[in-house]
Amino acid sequence: MKVITAVERYTELKTKAQEKVNSLQDKPLVRIGTATCGLAAGALQVKETFEEEIKNKGLDVRIQEVGCMGHCYAEPLAIISKPGFPSFCYGKVDEGLAKLLVDSFLENDDPCYEYAMVALEPNDIFPTFTDFPRDAYEKKIILEHCGFIDPGDIEHYIAHEGYAALAKALEEMKPEEIISEMTASGLRGRGGAGFPVGKKWSLCKDTPDEVKYIICNADEGDPGAFMDRNVLESNPHQVIEGMLISAYTVGAEKGYIYIRNEYPLAIQRIETALEQAREIGLLGDSIFGSPFNFDLEIFEGSGAFVCGEESALVSSMEGKMGIPQARPPYMAVSGFRGRPTVLNNVKTFAYVPTIIRKGADYFKSVGTSDSSGTAVFTLVGKVANTGLVEVPMGTTLRQLIFDIGEGIPAEKEFKAVQIGGPSGGCLPETKLDIPIDFDSLAEAGAIMGSGGLVVLDEDDCMVAIARYFLEFTQQESCGKCTFCRLGTKHMLDILTRITQGKGEMADLEILQELAEDIKMGSLCNLGKTAPNPILTTLRYFRDEYEAHILEGRCPACMCKDLILYYIVPEKCSKLCNVCVGSCPVEAIYTREDGLKAIDQEKCVKCDNCLKTCPPEHDAVIKLSPPVLPED
Amino acid sequence: MTLLEGEREVILKHVKEILDDRGTSRENLIPVLQQVQDKLGYLPDLAMQKIAAGLDIPTVDVYGIATFYNQFRMNPPGDHQFKVCMGTACYMVGGNIAIESFERRLEIREGETTPDRKFSLERVACVGCCTMAPVVLVDEEVEGHVTPTRVDGILLAFETETEKEEGKNGEGIEEKEERRSDA
Repeated sequence: MKVITAVERYTELKTKAQEKVNSLQDKPLVRIGTATCGLAAGALQVKETFEEEIKNKGLDVRIQEVGCMGHCYAEPLAIISKPGFPSFCYGKVDEGLAKLLVDSFLENDDPCYEYAMVALEPNDIFPTFTDFPRDAYEKKIILEHCGFIDPGDIEHYIAHEGYAALAKALEEMKPEEIISEMTASGLRGRGGAGFPVGKKWSLCKDTPDEVKYIICNADEGDPGAFMDRNVLESNPHQVIEGMLISAYTVGAEKGYIYIRNEYPLAIQRIETALEQAREIGLLGDSIFGSPFNFDLEIFEGSGAFVCGEESALVSSMEGKMGIPQARPPYMAVSGFRGRPTVLNNVKTFAYVPTIIRKGADYFKSVGTSDSSGTAVFTLVGKVANTGLVEVPMGTTLRQLIFDIGEGIPAEKEFKAVQIGGPSGGCLPETKLDIPIDFDSLAEAGAIMGSGGLVVLDEDDCMVAIARYFLEFTQQESCGKCTFCRLGTKHMLDILTRITQGKGEMADLEILQELAEDIKMGSLCNLGKTAPNPILTTLRYFRDEYEAHILEGRCPACMCKDLILYYIVPEKCSKLCNVCVGSCPVEAIYTREDGLKAIDQEKCVKCDNCLKTCPPEHDAVIKLSPPVLPED
Repeated sequence: MTLLEGEREVILKHVKEILDDRGTSRENLIPVLQQVQDKLGYLPDLAMQKIAAGLDIPTVDVYGIATFYNQFRMNPPGDHQFKVCMGTACYMVGGNIAIESFERRLEIREGETTPDRKFSLERVACVGCCTMAPVVLVDEEVEGHVTPTRVDGILLAFETETEKEEGKNGEGIEEKEERRSDA
């Protein structure tokens, strides 16, 4: 009897999937980005409008929900494909534009070029992504299909080479070969620490035990970082396939995806993905007809930043508090329920299928010699093009912020970039030319972290930023190590004092000393990295600390206790009353001469009057130190 | 917070159902707490005591877990919940100003519920709409670019809604005004 091999089974699946996807091209297709970023911007209403208008006009058009393609600044996004035209992508689609597009493009043949953002396929009439300046720097490996395929349909993934790597691994590769491929690729864990994946897997494989586990860490807790969520929402099967390959390699039969409960949409999409994978036999017993069995379950994390640390994560899965343990033994030797466990980040698993399919050399050819592959960043803050970007390791911060992100909006001045979240640091303009890779960033005092990148401009106070991150880590400290528990509290008190103008120069020495002690005296990376925002701001922006302490002045006019709001009489128009109406505490009054003024006793410094004062007057300003000018 | 009339029975019923369904292994503690909170909206003391008894562990362990993780809340949520995003991008452009405005208007602190259980206020980590910062989740709707004026607007919308409803229920707005001044 002829044995059907895994690859043959896969080819059959793929042919079927491809037929289905191809058949979608016979009539017009509207794809709408409904990842969390899209939904927040109103993608659902846009989808409803499309549906309604298409129904009203009796058109034969398919509508499909897709994930996020990374251009978050232009959400909601819609891609319209119509036979005879290249596919066009439209940004900032609202109900009006949706109606117009149905009317002009779908019913008639006018693609409304004036509203189109980009065309997807090369053509003679309209620019494509390759014409965007950011394309010169971007290199998409794990985000390649995000935003273009339907995350709710496994066949879309399969039609794009999905699960080919698994079939290849099962049929053609021994676990040892997979490990040497991973080692050769130089893939390092993308959760932040950058531990070599091949080494981790090999350690787990070589630990003899009947029961082993694979855990995917999707407990993305950094404020301002959402790449893991986007990957899971936009292309969940990629991660599942990576986990399957990992399980086959180390000999595990059970896996968990540990995901924050704050990500309901991602959870829902993974559930659908798991169900569909089970249905066609990609999860469960004898996968692709091989003796390999594996199944996956979701564990919803309850929101503790420290659970991003692997031993804390495992504790929390066991129903305990998420408190890190001393190592060794490593997770790969004794992890979940005391069994050997491979624990990797979402992005790490997402790279695996590509590496197996295209080979280690391909992956190694991207990036730098010590950090191969790409890095995925969320680019947020004071930057024109916010969103998700994937660039080869070694790209400089300057390219990322000024070429891909297209610089700082509103003609403001760049001040710093905060990289790596609460464990990372703030780097100034002079450090923008360092390449992004694990080691260069660490040298500058920041860390690669999970990939949150926040751009700060002249209006952002570095002391307040440092305080913000420290407040976060202080609240999230699990309390096990004294230095982390009490040291961060003490530092926070000092920083709070400084932002209130009550600091002393000696405080800066204490901060420096405490920061170093906390690094030394903490068991896990939460404590070891918590002082980074303070250390880097002290190193690069000491003048701002000094301005707060010596002059009682906040250079960015951000610290509430060091500013006051003032209406410049020369600029104030007597005729307008906007600021008076906008004040929530009735602190603004009309003087006898008709000009407006602020009662400083009542003012709560809410910024309302400054925002509402019409730009032609622009009469409200912030003064720091908080001293009223003499009339 | 004191339990409302009939709340005790509801708590006991749900906790029992969930424990029966989930089983009594210690590993199930977090999923059990999650499910109980899903049903009740928060974790009343009574529920935590019953869970501890059900799993045969000390109540302090349950309380320890419930207070360790941010997801769990000890206050009943309001009919309307305001979640102010305090991710980095929102903080930078005035997330704390939005929180302060809510605190001032509702006369509660973050993490609390108004005594009439109508509104509750909390801070959340990044909701992932950094381009619309500062962001507030009003129930499940995302409100972007929230200024103190917008906070007033949001609350005003709820007030008018309630007044309309109460008007329908045969209670005039004037009566309500009177009641309010009495209080």
